[in-house]
Formats: sequence, C-alpha cells, structure tokens
Amino acid sequence: MSLVHEVDYGTPASRSEKMVSLTIDGVEVTVPEGTSIMRASMEAGISVPKLCATDMVDAFGSCRLCLVEIEGRNGTPASCTTPAMDGLVVHTQTSRLKDIRKGVMELYISDHPLDCLTCAANGDCELQDMAGAVGLRDVRYGYEGDNHVFAKADGVANDRWLPKDESNPYFTYDPAKCIVCSRCVRACEEVQGTFALTIEGRGFGSRVASGAHESFIESECVSCGACVQACPTATLTEKSVIAIGQPEHSKVTTCAYCGVGCSFKAEMRGEELVRMVPYKDGKANRGHSCVKGRFAYGYSTHKDRILNPMIREKVTDPWREVTWDEAYKHVASEFRRLQYQYGRNSVGGITSSRCTNEETFLVQKLVRAGFGNNNVDTCARVCHSPTGYGLKQTFGTSAGTQDFDSVEHTDVVVVIGANPTDGHPVFASRLKKRLRKGAKLIVIDPRRIDLVRTPHVQASHHLALRPGTNVAVLTSLAHVVVTEGLFDEAFIRERCDWDEFQDWASFVSSPEHSPEATEELSGVPAEELRKAARLFATGGNGAIYYGLGVTEHSQGSTTVMAIANLAMATGNIGRKGVGVNPLRGQNNVQGSCDMGSFPHELPGYRHIADDSTREIFDRLWGVKLQDEPGLRIPNMLDAAVDGTFKGIYIQGEDILQSDPDTRHVAAGLAAMECVVVHDLFLNETANYAHVFLPGSTFLEKDGTFTNAERRINRVRKVMSPLNGAADWEVTQNLAKAMGLNWNYTHPSEIMAEIALTTPSFAGVTYDLLDKEGSVQWPCNEKAPLGTPIMHIDGFARGKGKFIRTEYVATDERTGPRFPLLLTTGRILSQYNVGAQTRRTDNVVWHEEDRLEIHPHDAENRGIKTGDWVRVTSRAGETTLRALITDRVSPGVVYTTFHHPSTQANVITTDFSDWATNCPEYKVTAVQVGASNGPSDWQVQYDEQARLSRRIAVLDAAE
Amino acid sequence: MQSAGTEIAARAIGIIDQFKNLEGPLLPILHGLQEEFGYVPPESLPIVAQALNISRAEVHGVFTFYHDYRDHPAGRHVLKLCRAEACQSMGGDALAALAKQQLGIDWHQTTSDEAVTLEPIYCLGLCACAPAAMLDGEVIGRLDAEKLEEIVAEVRL
Repeated sequence: MSLVHEVDYGTPASRSEKMVSLTIDGVEVTVPEGTSIMRASMEAGISVPKLCATDMVDAFGSCRLCLVEIEGRNGTPASCTTPAMDGLVVHTQTSRLKDIRKGVMELYISDHPLDCLTCAANGDCELQDMAGAVGLRDVRYGYEGDNHVFAKADGVANDRWLPKDESNPYFTYDPAKCIVCSRCVRACEEVQGTFALTIEGRGFGSRVASGAHESFIESECVSCGACVQACPTATLTEKSVIAIGQPEHSKVTTCAYCGVGCSFKAEMRGEELVRMVPYKDGKANRGHSCVKGRFAYGYSTHKDRILNPMIREKVTDPWREVTWDEAYKHVASEFRRLQYQYGRNSVGGITSSRCTNEETFLVQKLVRAGFGNNNVDTCARVCHSPTGYGLKQTFGTSAGTQDFDSVEHTDVVVVIGANPTDGHPVFASRLKKRLRKGAKLIVIDPRRIDLVRTPHVQASHHLALRPGTNVAVLTSLAHVVVTEGLFDEAFIRERCDWDEFQDWASFVSSPEHSPEATEELSGVPAEELRKAARLFATGGNGAIYYGLGVTEHSQGSTTVMAIANLAMATGNIGRKGVGVNPLRGQNNVQGSCDMGSFPHELPGYRHIADDSTREIFDRLWGVKLQDEPGLRIPNMLDAAVDGTFKGIYIQGEDILQSDPDTRHVAAGLAAMECVVVHDLFLNETANYAHVFLPGSTFLEKDGTFTNAERRINRVRKVMSPLNGAADWEVTQNLAKAMGLNWNYTHPSEIMAEIALTTPSFAGVTYDLLDKEGSVQWPCNEKAPLGTPIMHIDGFARGKGKFIRTEYVATDERTGPRFPLLLTTGRILSQYNVGAQTRRTDNVVWHEEDRLEIHPHDAENRGIKTGDWVRVTSRAGETTLRALITDRVSPGVVYTTFHHPSTQANVITTDFSDWATNCPEYKVTAVQVGASNGPSDWQVQYDEQARLSRRIAVLDAAE
Repeated sequence: MQSAGTEIAARAIGIIDQFKNLEGPLLPILHGLQEEFGYVPPESLPIVAQALNISRAEVHGVFTFYHDYRDHPAGRHVLKLCRAEACQSMGGDALAALAKQQLGIDWHQTTSDEAVTLEPIYCLGLCACAPAAMLDGEVIGRLDAEKLEEIVAEVRL
C-alpha cells in the first residue's frame, strides 16, 4: 500500500475543443487551446518547477520559478500564465533558467526557517522539493538580515515576526513559514468562495491575514480546509499531521455526512487516520471539502462509542455487556417470541440513510425475507419521501435529474427551501463559483439564507414567503409563465402530454393563482414574484435546487410536483445546466430509498404489489413475500401504542430525536417489548432500547453510498472495526441466528445481488466502480457507464406528466394562542441530530441551538439576545436561548435541531405530507415567551436519559 | 462610546453612498473616508465591506496595501522626506537625521503637540531637484538644513 498520488498540473484544464500543438523540451504536445505551457508540459510528463501554481486555482505568476524560454521570444515568461500556442518551441531547462531559479530559491530560503527535520511538512513540502529540484546548495544572503523567521534578533523583538495562530481547532497558521505565494488566498476565493483571506501590506511586509487581521476562528473562515490543501509549506498544517506525522498510505473513500457525497483520500499511518484530503477526481466535489468531511471525523474514535453488545430486561435497568453471540441469540429468540405471541406483523425494522447501500439492502431483506412482512421504513420518510413520490409521478424516476457538474452550465438558479452554504457546503461553493461568473439566483425561503447576499454573490430575487405557502408561490410562478406566454411549447408538445398540459395551464391561469391573489397569504410581493418568474423562464438554462424546506410540509409532495411542472413548462429538463435537483440531507438517503427501504417498494422503486417483481425475489430468496405494503414509521409507533407492534430493529437512526412529536415517539418505543438499536453511540432512541448492537463507522467497512446526483461512490475500509464487526456483518449474523442461510463474505457480493435483481443497477459491480471511480444509476445495458443526466430524449415514464397543484393551507395555523410560525434548519458545522459532530471539535462553532427571532417580535415580548425563552406549541414546549436577527421575517422564528437538550421536536406536531407521511417539520405554530430555564419535560428527559445510559459493569458501585 | 461609534458609522455611510455606484468604488471610498476623518477609522471598514458585498479580508488587504491610508489621525501637518536613491545620494540621510532630531520623533510618529507627522516616501519624481520633500501635499525641491529648519519652525506655529 502507498499514498494515492495525484498529479498537480499547475493550472486548471481548458474547456476549449480546439487543439494546439507545440514542442516542449523536444517533445511534441497537443492540448486544448487556452492550456498553459505549464499544464501542457505536465501532460507530457515534464514537470516545470513551481511554487505559486496549483491546478485548483487560476494561474497567478508570482513565484518566478516556472519561467521558460520560448524560441523567437524575448525574455523568460512564466509558464503558468503563458498559453500554449501552435508551433511554439519551449525549453524548460536551460542554463539561464537554472541560474534564475536558483537565485529565486535563494531569496525564498533566506527568509524561511531551516528546521526541515522537525517540521510537520517534512516529506510533504513543495518548498523543500523545489529547493532540491533547482539544486540549491547555498544561501549567499545569510539569515541575519530583515526576516519573518525569528521572534528575536540579538535579544530585541523582531517586529516582522508573528506568532503561530492556533485558534482553529483543526489547523495552525505559522506566518514564519509563509512564502506569500497566495495559494491559500486564491483557494479561499476561487474554490471555497468565502474570501476570508487576504494579503495584507505590501512588498517585504506582505503577510497572509484572515479577516481584517483577526485570528482564524474570529474571521469569516468556514474551516473548509481549501487553504490548508493549497499551502505548499507547513504554514497551514492540519493539527493531526503535527501530532501524528506524515501518512504512509491512503485509500479513496466517500464522506459519510451530507448528500453531496464528496470523495476523500483517507490518509493513514497504520490503522490511524492522519487526515482526510479531498480527492480531485471525485466527481461530486472535484477536490473540494467542507469542515465536516475534511476534519470532523473525531467521533469515530470518541470515548462515547459503545464497542460491546448490551442487553437489559427493562429500560429502567442498567445495561449489561454480553458477547455478540448472546446478543444475536437474544434478539432472534425475542423476535420469534413476539411474532408467535402477537403475529407475524408485530415486528419490523428501520434502515439507515447513514449506512451503505449493501447494509440497507440487507436490513430490508431481513425484514421481508426473515421477519416475513414488509414493516420496513427509513429516515427518508421524514425528509425526502415526497421527492421520491413527486418526481416518480411527474417524470417517472424518484431522483434528481442532473449531476453536480451541471451547475457549471446553469444561467438561472432557483434555490427553494434549502440552505446550501450550511447544509451542502461543497455544492454551495460550486454554485457560488458559477454565480460569480454571472449566473442569476432566485431564492425562495422564509429566512434570509447566506446565499441571498454573501461576498460577490447577490440573489436577483429573494421571495421570503410565509412558511407553509410553497405551493401557492410555485403555482403563482407557473401562472406568470403561462399567462405571459413564457412557456416552451415545442418542448411540451414533444416531451409531455399536451392535453394534460392544457388542463394544468388552465388551472394555473385562473385568477386565484395570480401573484396578486396569493400575495396576501404568502407575503411575497406580486411584482417581485412576476420578475422572478420572467427571469427563470427567459434567462437561459434554468435549474431548480431544493431541500427539506420543500418536502417537510403537509403539501410536500404537491410542492415537488409543482417544481417539476415549472421545469417542464419552461423546457428545463434533459440537458446540462437545467433540471430538478433535490439536495439530499444524508450521505445515503438516495441509496436507502433505492434499496427498497420503503414498506411499499422493493429495490429500484418497484411496488410490492407487482407480481413479477416479487417473483424475482421470491425465487432468489426462497420465500413468499407479502404482497401488501407494511407499516411506515409513524404507523409502527401508532400500532405500538395500540399494542399490536412489539419489536423493532433500528439501524443507524435516532428516531426519538429526529422524528416529530417526541412524546409520541417515546410512548411508542416504551410500549414495545424488544427495541434493538444498532448505532455508534447510546443515542436518544437507545434510552428506550432493550438491546444495543454497536455499529461501525464508514472508515471501518467496505460498501457504497449513493449521493444526491444518483452517484454510486465506493466506501473503502481503512481500519478494523473497533466494535469487531461491520454493520453488514452484524445484520447477517442476526439473520443467521434467525435461521436464514446468508453467506456473504464481502459487500461486493451483496452488490452483485442488488445488480441481479434491480434493473437500474444491473451494470453496477465493484470492478466497474474501481475502474470508473463512480457511476450514476441507471447503469445497465443501455447506459453501461451510468447516466449523468436523465430524461435526455424523453421522460423515464414516457410523457412528462403535468399535475394540478391546488394549494391547501396546512391545518397547523397561527392564532391568538400560537401567533408565530416556527421553522427549522441546519448550520454548517453541525450535522443532523449532531450525534457525530457534537463529538468533534466542531462544537467550537455551535455549542447550542438558538431560537432566531425578529427584533420586532422580540421587542414585543421583552426578549434580548441570549435570554432563555420558552417555545410552546400545541404538541409541547421546550426552552432554548434567543438570538435576535432580521434574517427571519416578523412572525417567523427559526431554530436548528443539532442538540438533544433542545428537544426541538417536542414542539413539532404530527401533521404530515398527504402522500408520504413526511412530517411537517417546517411549520409549527408557536408562542414564544421569557423563561427561567429548561422546561419540566427537558428536566425529566435528562434524568431519564441519564438513568437509562448506565452500564452495569461500570456503574456497579453506584 | 456608543454615540461616537454610531456617529462615525453614519458619516461613513454617507461617504460610501456617494461613491458606491462608481466602477471600482473601493479606493474612492477609502479616499473619501480619509478626507472626511483625516484617517480611515477601522470601524468603518466592515461597513464598507457590507456595502460593497465584499469580505472584511478584501477591504483589509486593499487598505493595508496603500501606505497613504492611515488607521489613526495624523498631526496637523504631514512632512514626507524622500528616501529613494537619488535623494539619498544628495544628502537625504543627513536631512532625515536632522528632521528627526529637530522634531524629536522617528518615522511614522507625530510630535506630542500633534503639530506634525514625519513620514518617509520613496520617490516624489523630483530626482533632478534632490533631495526632495513634501509638506501637506506640496512638493519641495533642493531641500537643505536651513529650509528644513524653516519648515520645522513653520509647522510648529
């Protein structure tokens, strides 16, 4: 094993299709027009010395090391800024060039410490490499002069010297080692798009500064790591590298946080993870990362991780550690007992959107083939189930239509109910890059998310609608498109059902759907909405990106269909730069849906009632599958309260914290006789569990994740599972204990079974993934290398279907008792319920959830920033601290749900999407008032959680 | 404190509004602020960043690049002595030493009576009349000890 080596071509690739040929050091090279001489050289295997150039950012031409000579031209131009042209004859190594380079290096080194042996970058330092490459043997200038290296000279403090900035939890900035190549500044601007770094001063006084000469942690820095990645020296270095040393081998794997699915190199020293480095060939992230994927992996070795299986009779007992065998036998006998006593349908399972496709497939197989029912569901129930339903109805496929590269070809972007800079940061960086190049942006969100206005990006229109009025606003947009004749008739006639279009067009054209009519209920000014509609319909390639602000509503599915209608009506489907793009919340939420996690669907979104599909599985698995859909998560909980549902196997989901109406979830779990939680940590759900099976992290197993663009990415095992078994092995052993004859020896065999049974995965093998890096389903005979963009020549379902989208106000209404609307969201540094990120240093950015409230509403209630406030809804109440901000409109309050103590879901109600039961998280009518501290429920809950987390061996003395 | 900050902010916003629609408005705004306040108040920089929708870091980078922008008030007069090659060869060093001694301050410092700030400058384009100086924006050629003493006396008035 060795490090995965990536070639640095020095400057970005040119997109030109015109080719030019030139000769470099006697080698004929043909490259696209616009390619730099530096990159052309590297393509031919000739590496020109360089320091300020790297292929993640544009050429800069400052280091004067990459100079070349070109026959017939004067001087020594920089190869990074000089484009290749037909017929050039270039020399990269002449005696003149050698002298210049050596002289330049001498100057660099005269102001750089000579502590190479004890330097963290030793073995991974481009400055060291270049000193070697140019043959530096001596520094004639000495080290006594003006410098940035030594804190003191002759006992006198050196004004130029700056101390190391260690404020960021993950990396350090040591100005003494900086050569001011500006790579970090350019990476922050061009790759990440935050513009948190600059060069302050000029000449010899130039320094890299974060913010306005602030520490990194106080500056605008979002800790994405792009600067650390770009730094050629030890100036910006991961603290983990300083602590551990250089890695010696690496493997390419996939991040286990959000649905962007970034590819990383896990760089290892033995079985110890040294650092995660974004992989340039990763097709989702193209070499970029965010603070979570890049740095927040500390949870994988956190002391809270449970490594031994545990059992208890009652949830009030302390846990008792047992062997794996004992745990498997116990679960098997309990589930069999429950099924014997209460019937076959009294048990079920929940698959995880955090686990691999293979693991998810096994859990649903265990439920369908082992339990003999269809009581399987997944956390997508509470996030993107309306996406699956809505897009299946309109287009024929339950998934987004594009790849992330598509955003580079977009002219008008609509972001609805999503906050990409926090929730999907790497996609947001790619989007911002496109926006800086001139694409237009329309944001539809109740809250002024960062994208509305952030350095160098400004939305053309921000439709700050009242929560719960998505359908009204989208239908009004369609009204403008249709009534002003902005629809794409040719596209619709060719691709869609014209009669259905006409029916829909007459529906949206009616006056009650005009922006003027909906303004009163949505709060969106009619003129602004009209302008936004015109821009989207006429501004070129229009792409819609949306998140949970669309789906988590009583009309979630309707909103998804309204989005699809709008895209079809404007002809924005089936090519680069357009499309309907759900931003998936979790790493494998697309995959868990694909793998048949829903009670009514077998893998590949085929209905359980379909005889021919069932037959495939019946024959292969040697069982007779039930032909009726099983219970959804809320139904399971209802049935538990009713006493008919008694046992559940929950893999990697914390339903108590993430599902709505916490008290109801708690009551459901408390009514069951065997709750099996399979997770990394004793999560909130485990407070009600009878069996705990320790889980493994993404670093500890092989498998695949499928991201928001349908991309199947490999997850590769880089360390042995601390708990002794990967999650797929645990599920398999459980199945064996229940008498099933499963004998998978590697996840690739599970993928083979998926491919065998599921047409859209027919061509997927681990060999193909190793060869291609990743593929996007459908991947089969028709598309052997996968499908980056869907519905190119026609919709998957045949003709695109327009569906009427009647706005129905949610039953969750404001009134005198509950006058405010609460909506929820995420923050950059934390992920979902926070089980992972709360156990990393990311807590320095977000140590608690806050309630955002408009100054007007706060003043009425006498609330100041930092005050404890009580939030009360029809379902319950909780307390947290307030943050006064005009990001939210008057009448709207907002919070995140990353911390269990906040208990935000105590107040959310059990209203849900009409089609899929996806909970209405995004709208809860609440009242907010001053409070002295935690609510009674929070106090009781904390006490119960504390008691239920006792482990007997450790707590025996108590 | 609060009111002083608010007052600076209000005046800064007035300046920003005057220039922000220009192409490349940052330098004109910084000039405007320096003219208004005699220096560029650090607390006005985030307001500039916000108004132009650029980052604090970018404003800081530009502001620190130009030596002529001050982050604190100067004396009533500003005396700049040329330190470039031609002036040095014509006795600039001795004049610089004299100026420092007469004023009792070093480069970039202001006399305790707030009368004058002494600054080095690198070439005023007056090499033919070296050594050269600049007092409150007016260039002075063929500076000698006598002229310098006159200047010192004048600014001290």
